[in-house]
Amino acid sequence: MNRIIKIILLDILKNKIIIGYTLILGLLSWSSFGLEDNSAKGLLTILNVILFTVPLVSILFATIYLYNSSEFIELLLSQPIKRKKIWLSLFFGLSLSMVLAFIIGAGIPLLIYAADSIGIMMLIVGCLISVVFVALAFLCSILTRDKAKGIGIVIMTWLYFALLFDGIVLFLLFQLSDYPIEKAMVLITAFSPIDLARIQILLHLDQSAMMGYTGAIFKDFFGTTLGLILSFSLLCLWVVIPFFISLRKFKYKDL
Amino acid sequence: MIEIKNISKKFGKLEVLNDVNLTFNSGECIALIGPNGCGKTTLIKSVLGMVIPTKGDVLFDQKSVLGKYRYRENIGYMPQMGRYPDYMTIGQIIEMMKKIRNSNQELDEDLIKSFELEKIFDKPMRTLSGGTTQKVSATLAFLFNPDVLILDEPTAGLDPLASEILKEKIIKEREKGKLILITSHLLSELDDMITQIIFMQEGKVHFHKTIDDLLLSTNEQKISKAIAKILKEKKNE
Repeated sequence: MNRIIKIILLDILKNKIIIGYTLILGLLSWSSFGLEDNSAKGLLTILNVILFTVPLVSILFATIYLYNSSEFIELLLSQPIKRKKIWLSLFFGLSLSMVLAFIIGAGIPLLIYAADSIGIMMLIVGCLISVVFVALAFLCSILTRDKAKGIGIVIMTWLYFALLFDGIVLFLLFQLSDYPIEKAMVLITAFSPIDLARIQILLHLDQSAMMGYTGAIFKDFFGTTLGLILSFSLLCLWVVIPFFISLRKFKYKDL
Repeated sequence: MIEIKNISKKFGKLEVLNDVNLTFNSGECIALIGPNGCGKTTLIKSVLGMVIPTKGDVLFDQKSVLGKYRYRENIGYMPQMGRYPDYMTIGQIIEMMKKIRNSNQELDEDLIKSFELEKIFDKPMRTLSGGTTQKVSATLAFLFNPDVLILDEPTAGLDPLASEILKEKIIKEREKGKLILITSHLLSELDDMITQIIFMQEGKVHFHKTIDDLLLSTNEQKISKAIAKILKEKKNE
């Protein structure tokens, strides 16, 4: 497997888009830390980057890369290589390069300016979010052969998780504000990797006071070690489940 | 060597292969012919495991190929339209295939030399003409000395000189006792290469005969004429 991962990784790292993405992440992180004396504000800027830019770039880049390597996949399939191995190698290659771009771009300034538990946690969450959206890209691109359709699905997925999901949650909160739904809200966040990441980091930034009573419930739940472990395992599930569905589909795909 | 047992394949409602049974043995050079869309490529791709049959099984050396991959070490495949990563050069593609196969076997670099690919090793794949891409595909198919060669329209797009080189190479490999499967439309090109012929129509095997049988039963000298005669007879029926 290593041989194929290496070929894919080298190919992606040579890609100008990935280099540009790393540079932009670096520019955003360095400048947001450099402009303010207070590292908390810099952290909030990077949080927004993690919540919007990282998912978008990861899912779009991975999808386009997968569609563009259809020839390469076909070529590999006529060789003595397991299908599972081809798909796993692509996944590891793409995930590794997205994670690497994030660590070099945003991770280094994070570790320099905020080398405490929050900084490290942000780094881990950023890496996990990158991988989650690469996994979602695999799922989306196996659903259809049509590249334009595939990219459309991917953009909808991103819009849903980045914007729509929040809207729906807010709507529910207002509509059902007479009922004790705070505990249910904790459950609902599990359905969006971005929200999981956001709440996890906000709580550690001590901004939870702004979230009112719900914030208190969140703090009660996510603030504990159990909650922390649970929310990280939920993020990992967001990697494993989409990828395994796509792997199953790939095994029986006609090329 | 390869046995195809009751294979059927449906793409949605479209039935591409319908209960196909065939046996190929080593030392044979078999031509797979038939009109466009009769299921030749699908049949070949199910042998390669690229298409998964709806029903039936493919045996390679008496072992089922479904879900397996090791058997492909013994197959060299030349696709109808070779599609390669655009940004890679010819040299990089060949190097990459060597790495992926990772075989200790002696490489067969005859075609690299006779097609003079070394001169254009640093040309990216996207700048190549259809014919040159075909040359690369052919080279890759023969490179690892496989026991079975599956060639999908090998001479389509090649210039007369190159297709002559490829034909000679095919005959040479056949004489070494390899199994060679060719699909083609150009019947006139097949004359001195093949030993058996399979005619497919609408996903079914119409006939599977040795060349001698075919020529004898139709009283013709050339394959193309013999096939034409059979088709005419069928029309008149």
